[in-house]
Amino acid sequence: MLHYLDKPLEAARGVAASRRGFLKILGGAGAGLIVGAMLPPGSLVGAAKAANGADAVFNPFVEIAPDGVVTVVIKHLDKGQGIATGLATLVAEELDAAIEQVKTRFAPADNARYANLMFGMQGTGGSTSIANSWEQYRTAGAVARAMLIEAAAKAWGVPAAEVTVAAGKLSHASGKSGGFGEFADAAAGLTAPEKPALKSPDQWVYIGKRFPRVDVPNKSSGAPDTYAMDIHQENMLVVVLARPPKWGATVKSVNDAAARAVKGVVDVKSGPFGVAVFADKTWPAMKARDLLEVEWDFAKAETRGTAELEAEYKALLEQPGAIARDDGGIDEALAGAAKVISSSYAFPYLAHAPMEPLDTTILVEDGKATIWTGSQMPTVDQGTAAAILGLKPEQVDVVTRWAGGSFGRRAILDAHYVAEAALVAKAWGKPQPLKVVWTREDDIKGGYYRPMYLHQVKAGIDANGTVVGWKHAIVGQSIFAGTAMESYVVKDGVDDSSVEGVRDTTYGVSKMRVDLHSPKVGVPVLWWRSVGHTHTAYVMETMIDALAREAGKDPVAYRLELIKDDPRKVAVLKLAAEKAGWSDKPAEGRYRGVAVHKSFGTYVAEVAEISMDGGSVKVEKVTCAVDCGIAVNPDNIKAQMEGGIGFGLGAVLRNGITLTEGAVDQANFDTYEPIRISDMPEVEVHILPSAEAPSGVGEPGVPPIGPAVANAIFQATGKHPLKLPFSNGDFV
Amino acid sequence: MRTLVINGVGREVDVEDDTPLLWILRDDLQMTGTKFGCGAGLCGACTVHVDGQAVRSCQTLVGDLAGTEKIETIEGVAGKAAEAVKTAWAEIEVAQCGYCQSGQIMSAAALLAATPKPTDEDITAAMDGNVCRCATYQRIRTAVHRAAEIMEG
Ligand code: FES
Ligand code: FES
Repeated sequence: MLHYLDKPLEAARGVAASRRGFLKILGGAGAGLIVGAMLPPGSLVGAAKAANGADAVFNPFVEIAPDGVVTVVIKHLDKGQGIATGLATLVAEELDAAIEQVKTRFAPADNARYANLMFGMQGTGGSTSIANSWEQYRTAGAVARAMLIEAAAKAWGVPAAEVTVAAGKLSHASGKSGGFGEFADAAAGLTAPEKPALKSPDQWVYIGKRFPRVDVPNKSSGAPDTYAMDIHQENMLVVVLARPPKWGATVKSVNDAAARAVKGVVDVKSGPFGVAVFADKTWPAMKARDLLEVEWDFAKAETRGTAELEAEYKALLEQPGAIARDDGGIDEALAGAAKVISSSYAFPYLAHAPMEPLDTTILVEDGKATIWTGSQMPTVDQGTAAAILGLKPEQVDVVTRWAGGSFGRRAILDAHYVAEAALVAKAWGKPQPLKVVWTREDDIKGGYYRPMYLHQVKAGIDANGTVVGWKHAIVGQSIFAGTAMESYVVKDGVDDSSVEGVRDTTYGVSKMRVDLHSPKVGVPVLWWRSVGHTHTAYVMETMIDALAREAGKDPVAYRLELIKDDPRKVAVLKLAAEKAGWSDKPAEGRYRGVAVHKSFGTYVAEVAEISMDGGSVKVEKVTCAVDCGIAVNPDNIKAQMEGGIGFGLGAVLRNGITLTEGAVDQANFDTYEPIRISDMPEVEVHILPSAEAPSGVGEPGVPPIGPAVANAIFQATGKHPLKLPFSNGDFV
Repeated sequence: MRTLVINGVGREVDVEDDTPLLWILRDDLQMTGTKFGCGAGLCGACTVHVDGQAVRSCQTLVGDLAGTEKIETIEGVAGKAAEAVKTAWAEIEVAQCGYCQSGQIMSAAALLAATPKPTDEDITAAMDGNVCRCATYQRIRTAVHRAAEIMEG
């Protein structure tokens, strides 16, 4: 972490910790924190009646305009996962609104009203959005509906029980009818019912059916002012920075003569952020940044390369670490096993590389500040900027825009890029809007990666294939250490996000021991779409596959034996296998692999069918089965599975961040090349019907794809790829 | 001062010769539908049409343009293929984060204008330069086929 952020971090911690919701953690961890969800008292009480003609405010989540437009206030960031549509669906369902009248708007930073009930602060992550908003947004819709009914009943002089609502229209048997807009103002002034009845599933018209995405029209037409990158303000300057080329380095000296000579450049300033070029437009700022000659002081910098880190991690694997799980007697168990197999795995650092490079616009004036960004943790962004600027959190306005992807990158517990913008604004010192823009190179080299991990596993089976012992060691940086959430996630030296998916496995393993080492490295790390499951699912699912072979059993049948006490997992695995035609032999030259994993409360099984040409792997088809509880929006669930599979596949095929003497080797989409349409398999998604409360879908599609493909490679070559990405070719 | 013809309208801009068309659109003209993704010709987020061809505006320096070319962006792209693509994109709900989609739509529209009934291979070839980090590729492919159907009427 960058040293100058220590103070703001404290401030952010204060903001978060002071919220009572933070105290209600029930267990679990990682970005998938399970915290007691409760509605803050009074949160749904109608606010002050709107003045002449403005929208009537029913509660923090629902506003209705005189023309009948229903605005659903979205407390989560929508970075493509479709949560704005999801929350609009919940409100529209209980309100009985018509699709066409529903609009959405992102909530401002306001912890008291818009906290994530699972985090206790405002934020999006861990695929928690639907789960923690399920009751809240439906109730918000139901409350508004009851108030509209009451207002209409009063106006018509009929009993409220006789007023019906459908598709945005209030009606009475007498023939009277009207739209929401006509009654909105009167309704918002009424007392909100405390516990409105919610619909039963058979009454749903949108949930589980269809509700069109609210963002598709704007995103298909290049609409202005959609993303933070699109912000333009009068008198605005664009800022592009030269950041330290190794973490921990500082500016020693700068020759900025050539940079200043670029037409459009207004100033160049050094600071804790590195060297900032201020220009009237983006291009001159970028061009000038590349002309800076900066001498860096590497005295305190991280200067180890990937090779050195790997050697150090390998040595740690051999030593006892913090104990994440120990059932006792592991060595005896392995000694008594009929067969023992062992494997060592290496996972590289991974960049998120959201399509929209990071950017923040900031304006500081007269004791207040405004920040425009794709804010995934507004509470932290607000508190951090306030601390840097010497303001109170409530003096900082955070305006959230649609985010051009995140995959975890915008949910940052040290708010580093908003902090950087605040430091730049402080250095600038004038009330002028500043837009800090990252280039793609800045993004790829910018850290906050999925950590690099090594795993070593020894697993033993008896003559029947039963797993009698499992000895597992993991080495990799802790994501949560040093953050405001450390005390909730790191227990006895074990960061749950490093071992989730291993120590809590539901495979029947009679004796397990898991050792964890969390070395300190100067490379900032962060959760990456599905967090620990990105590597743990890979190890578990490839090991189980290798054990199936040792036991002489079919990979699906073997898994079904081992997970027999986990019925939802069994069900997704069976469905994926059946739909993929698992029991029929694949066509000549095709190979199949399977993986099943639960993350963030959602169960996903995937069967990958591949063809191989030498060392190059082509994934032809993926059959996916998902159980995420009640399917709020089936088409969006499919979209998230398709996207998660593509995202995860691109990473295992060829992505990895490596370091040489502390400097990142990759720079842009040539050296860190995302999956392209030519790599994309056909994806078929099947959703299990369920009456369980809904769980998230943004992340859980990712973990099974890597191991499913690896297991298909195992069928083809007899070897699992153990050193990722596959482009290393260690299985050829 | 130089003049560019963008979406049928002559626009005057005052920029250096080495300025990429991308930044003229985004900063000088505030037409932000065309996106910055990599600045290196590797992602296609900045795709526009120049005389009907899909080009990467981040690699198109204004000094290399004569000024007479017909430039079309996502905000103004018209014609049978473009209309069909936009309709299909909305119908299939291709977008997730949406940031790449202006570029995807521009590449797809250029493909369909030249090849109204593209095969899967044609689609892969024409769209392979357009990165989507949300990996909406399956729907992109479906939507291009759907647009071809719409064009047929
Ligand atoms: S921004 Fe032009 S190709 Fe990526
Ligand atoms: S929709 Fe997000 S990058 Fe394509």
